Amino acid sequence: MAIKTQNLTKRFGLVQALQGVSITLEEKKIYGLLGRNGAGKSTLLNILTGRLFADEGAVTIDGENAIENDRAQGKVFLMSEKTLHPDSMRVRQAFRWAQTFYPGFDQGQALSLSGDFGLSTNARISGLSTGYHSIFKLVLALSVNTPYVLLDEPILGLDANHRELFYKRLLEKYAAAPFTVVLSTHLIEEVASLVEDVIIIKDGQVLRQESRDSLLSQGYTVSGGAAAVDAYIQGRRVLGIDALGGLRTAYIQGSPDKSAPSAQDLEFGPMDLQKLFIQLTNS
Amino acid sequence: MLKVDMNSEKPIFIQIAEGLEDAILSGALDEGGQLPSITELSVQYTINPATALKGINLLVDQGAAYKKRGVGMFVAQGARALLQKKRQGDFSARFVAPMAAEAKRLGLPRQELMDMVALEWDSAEKG
Repeated sequence: MAIKTQNLTKRFGLVQALQGVSITLEEKKIYGLLGRNGAGKSTLLNILTGRLFADEGAVTIDGENAIENDRAQGKVFLMSEKTLHPDSMRVRQAFRWAQTFYPGFDQGQALSLSGDFGLSTNARISGLSTGYHSIFKLVLALSVNTPYVLLDEPILGLDANHRELFYKRLLEKYAAAPFTVVLSTHLIEEVASLVEDVIIIKDGQVLRQESRDSLLSQGYTVSGGAAAVDAYIQGRRVLGIDALGGLRTAYIQGSPDKSAPSAQDLEFGPMDLQKLFIQLTNS
Repeated sequence: MLKVDMNSEKPIFIQIAEGLEDAILSGALDEGGQLPSITELSVQYTINPATALKGINLLVDQGAAYKKRGVGMFVAQGARALLQKKRQGDFSARFVAPMAAEAKRLGLPRQELMDMVALEWDSAEKG
């Protein structure tokens, strides 16, 4: 059971939005789909859910071809920037509407989540603020009960309390009945602790796809005086360097070498996801 | 009881394990008592359940906790003594080595450091 893509390619005019993207989204896992603005995250999610067509490549959902296949697409919910609801529709009506597309949609849960977030179910969707528009879409996503839930920039415009509430409700739901969640975002720090696996894309290509822990264990940081750091990094695979006055921090692939001649003047630390992401996707 | 610092250099699963160890050592969690569930830890600290499980498994691997099928995780009998012994073994590396290194960096004489330790020892004894 998985969503798989093979060699997806998509071009918009002169822009190569996706290039040879092959990923696997396994069942019952929480993923972080990480990329800078314009990296191709939304294009990828839209192709998975049939809202866009790839120029080349294939998508399968639980082994079935996903293109124009309602049964396969019924297993996937995409929360994206664009909603497909008529402007004048009220929140409560939208919940009823959702039920006709997603038979597993739980109205009771949607109403109770709306209460938790302070979302008025009488409000017209077009009249919601940016934050509440995100909340409306999150409530849908947390109530559809599909095996795959894809969230494109889920926390756009949400304040800290609502973000925290969303993460808790998501994890409660996941604990009760695990499903596949994709958190697509450029806000790495926010989701770093939530995700099990990470997919990093840059300029339409997949740079990394693996578990967060294994990704982080492949690198480390080393800090100290410029001369000591410069001596240490000779011949090593350096992802990037931060400089602050005479102090340097280098981000290095591999394992720390504490027996190196300059090692006693250096401090070694683990890689963090946000820093690794920045170093990998810079330039 | 337990704090998780997302900006810490320490991996989250180790923070979870150490937090639970602290609670066992202080008596906040009794031997034979139930540990927080994976779900509780995951939701409370907004961490992936696999991370919470990894933290709890560190306790299981040391023999400080055990699983009752279908019920949950429990603190093992003798866990407190076990953890005390382990922490005593780590003590020098975790606390004394960084202290000695910092004292050296600041140019504190050896004897002065020893006196400070003795002073703190006495005042801790008085409570």
